[in-house]
Amino acid sequence: MKQPTRRTILSAAPAALAFGAPLLSARPARAAKSSGPGVTDTTIKIGNTCFYSGPASSYGTIGRAMAAYYKMVNEQGGVNGRKIIFISYDDAYSPPKTVEMTRKLVEQDQVFLDAGPLGTPTNSAIWHYMNQHKVPQLFVSTGATKWDDPKGHPWTIGWQPNYQSEGRIYAAYVLEHKPDGKIGVLYQDDDFGKDYLKGIVDGLGDKAAAMLKVKASYETTDATVDSEIIGMKAAGCDVFINTAIPKFAAQSIRKAAELEWKPLHILSSIGNSVAATLQPAGLENCKGILSDFYLKDPTDPAWKDDPGYKWWVAFMDKYYPGGDKTDGGNVYGPSNAATIVQVLQQCGDDLTRENVMKQAANLRDFRVPMLLPGITINTSPSDFAPVKQVQMGRFDGERWRLFGPLLTGAVG
Amino acid sequence: MTTPQQDSGPIAAAFRARARGAAWPTPRHWLLAGAVAVALVLPFFLQDFLVFQLTEVMIYGLAILGLNLLTGFNGQFSVGHGAFYGLGAYVTAILMSRYEVPYYWTLPAAGGICFVVGFLFGLPALRLEGLYLALATFALAVALPQVLKFHGLEAWTGGVQGIVVDQPDAPSFLPIGEDQWLYYFTLAVVLIMFAGAANIVKSRTGRAIMAIRDHPLAATAMGINAPLYKTLTFGVSALYTGVAGALGALAVQFVAPDSFGLFLSIYLLVGLIIGGMGSLPGCLFGGLFVLYVPNLAQEVSRGLAGVVYGVIMLLVIFVMPSGAAGFTRLVVARLSRSGRREPPS
Repeated sequence: MKQPTRRTILSAAPAALAFGAPLLSARPARAAKSSGPGVTDTTIKIGNTCFYSGPASSYGTIGRAMAAYYKMVNEQGGVNGRKIIFISYDDAYSPPKTVEMTRKLVEQDQVFLDAGPLGTPTNSAIWHYMNQHKVPQLFVSTGATKWDDPKGHPWTIGWQPNYQSEGRIYAAYVLEHKPDGKIGVLYQDDDFGKDYLKGIVDGLGDKAAAMLKVKASYETTDATVDSEIIGMKAAGCDVFINTAIPKFAAQSIRKAAELEWKPLHILSSIGNSVAATLQPAGLENCKGILSDFYLKDPTDPAWKDDPGYKWWVAFMDKYYPGGDKTDGGNVYGPSNAATIVQVLQQCGDDLTRENVMKQAANLRDFRVPMLLPGITINTSPSDFAPVKQVQMGRFDGERWRLFGPLLTGAVG
Repeated sequence: MTTPQQDSGPIAAAFRARARGAAWPTPRHWLLAGAVAVALVLPFFLQDFLVFQLTEVMIYGLAILGLNLLTGFNGQFSVGHGAFYGLGAYVTAILMSRYEVPYYWTLPAAGGICFVVGFLFGLPALRLEGLYLALATFALAVALPQVLKFHGLEAWTGGVQGIVVDQPDAPSFLPIGEDQWLYYFTLAVVLIMFAGAANIVKSRTGRAIMAIRDHPLAATAMGINAPLYKTLTFGVSALYTGVAGALGALAVQFVAPDSFGLFLSIYLLVGLIIGGMGSLPGCLFGGLFVLYVPNLAQEVSRGLAGVVYGVIMLLVIFVMPSGAAGFTRLVVARLSRSGRREPPS
C-alpha cells in the first residue's frame, strides 16, 4: 500500500479504460470466400443478445441455458466437425443497447448469425438492420406475430407459437364447445395483448360480432382487474378468455371465484404457470381452467419417465448445474438452440448466410426432446413460424392434464 | 460544419474553469484544436461499428451537457433528464416517419419542443428545492414510457411497437458511409452546441446562473431575476438533452418506450458526476463512461456485471471525487507545481 504505486495504478485505470477501449481492435481479416463471416474449417461463431441485467433479467437464464446447450454440442464433436463459439451480450432489455451489441456481434465479432435474440422491443430495434445487412436473425425468442413475414423481412424468423395463432386456437375451441357462448376477453393494452385479441377475433370470423360481448383491457400499472371481471359477469358472459400476465391472471381467477362466476375459462400460455399464477390464485379456484401448451412443463410429474424429460434433466445436471429446474426458460433455451444446431447441420459445408435462411425455411418434422409429444417443427419459404402446434390442457386442481389432439392456429 | 472563428475562443475558454485572460492561442487552444483534428480523422481508421459507438459517446456527452447546465451550473437537481432525451428522440422519429421531414430539420424542432416543455416544467419546479425537485423530475422519467404507450397517442408514437427511423444517407458527393456521415454530422452539432454552452457559461448570464447556484439569496440581492433564470436554464437544459435524443434516434434508427426508461436518466446522472459537475469537457468523459463501462463490466464477468460496474464506479469516485474534470485539474496543478519546484532542489 505504498502511496505512489497505488495512486498511479488507480488513476491510470479509468483513463485507460475510457480512452483505450474503442481504439484497441483493428479491422479483422475477411473470412474465406466460400463461406460466410464467422466460419472457419473448425469453428462457427454465432451470437445473440439477452437480458442478463435490468428489469427483465429473470429471463437471462434462457441465454445461459442456450450456452450450456452449445457447450454440450461441442463436447459431442460439434456440427459437422465444427465447434460452435457462442457469444451472448447483455442488452438489459434496452433497445438502443441491443442495436449497439448486435452491431458489435455483426461488425466486430463477425458472427455468422444471430441465434435466438430475446425480447419483442429489442428484436424490433434490430429488425431493419439485420434485413438491410442480410444477417440471419434466427428463431427470435418472442411470441409477436410480426416475425412471420418471409416477404418483407426474409432474414428474420420466429420460433414459438405466436400470440395470434394461440388466439385462433381459443376461438376454435369455443366455436366447437360453446357455439353460442358469450365471450369476455381480458387483454393487456399493448402489442402482445392486441395480438391475442386479433387472433381471437379472426378465429371467430363472422361470429365475432355476435359472440364477443366484452373486450376489457388493463394496463400493467393498474392495481386490480376486479372491475373488468365484475363487468364481464354482469354482461352475462359464459366464456372467459384470459390473456393476462400472471399477476392479473391470478387476480381475475380469484375475483371470478369470489363472485361465484363459473364461465368456460381459457387461460393463455402467458399466464399458465402453476407457480406464478395458479398457486397465488388458490389451486382450488383453478379447477377446470383450460390452457394451451407446447413445451413440457418441468414441474409436471407426468413426465418423470419420459425420455425427453430424462434427457433434459441429465443435460441440466451436467451442463447447467446452477440452473433452476422449475424455470420454463431453461426448457425454452436448449429447445431453441437445438433448432439452430439443426439448421447448421442441414447447411453441411455450404455455410453461407443465404443457405442458412434456405435451411431455416426448410425444416421438416424436426423434433426437440422437450416439445410435447407429437409436436414437430416445420417451415417453408412461405412459412416462417416454426412451432405452430399446441395441445390443450385442463387443470385438475393439482396439475395440468393435457387432452385432445394437437391444434394448429397458423396465421396466414 | 466547422464552427466560425470567433467560437474557438470561447470553447477553449471553457477548458479553463476560471478564465484568466491568457494570451491567444494558449496551450489549451492547441489541445482543443488537436482534439478536433483527431476527431475528424478517426472515422477513417476505425470500423463502422466503432464509429457508431463514438457517435453514441458524443450523443450521451451532449445529453449530459444538458443536465450539467441545470445541475452543475445552476444547482437544480434532475433525476429525469432521460424524459427530455426520449421526447427529443420521439419528435425526430415522428417527424421523419409520419411527416417525412428531412432529418436535419428535426433537430431544431426537437430542441424547440424540449425547450418549451422544459421551461414549463421549470415553472412549478421553482417551488421545489433539492431533494423535492429531484423527486419531481424522477416522476417525469417514470411517466414518460407510460405516456408513450398510451393508446390515445398511438397514431403518432406507434405505441409499444415503437417507430423505425431511417438512417440519414451521406450526401452523394462525399465518399463516406452512413455511419461516418452521421458521426461528422453529430460532431458538427456537438461542437456548435458545446461552443454555445461555453458562451453561455462565460457570459453575464452564465455568471448569474452560477451565482444562483452558489448563493440564491445573494444573487437575488444583486438584482438577478432568479425565477426567470432558473426556468430559462431548465428550458435550455432540456433543449440540449432533447437535441441529443434526436441524434440518438438517428443513430439507433429505432425508438420505443422501453428505450427511455428510468435507467437512462440515472445513467445520465452517473455520467454527469463521473465527468465532473460544472465542467464542459467532463461531459464527454461522462459519455464514454456511460457507453463503455457497462460493456467492460460485462467482459469481466457476465454474472456479476452489476457488481463489477459498481466497483468501477466506486473506484472512479474514490480516485476522482470531483469527476474527471476535477481530477485533470488536480493532476495539472500538481505537475506544474512539482515542475516549478524541481529546478531549485
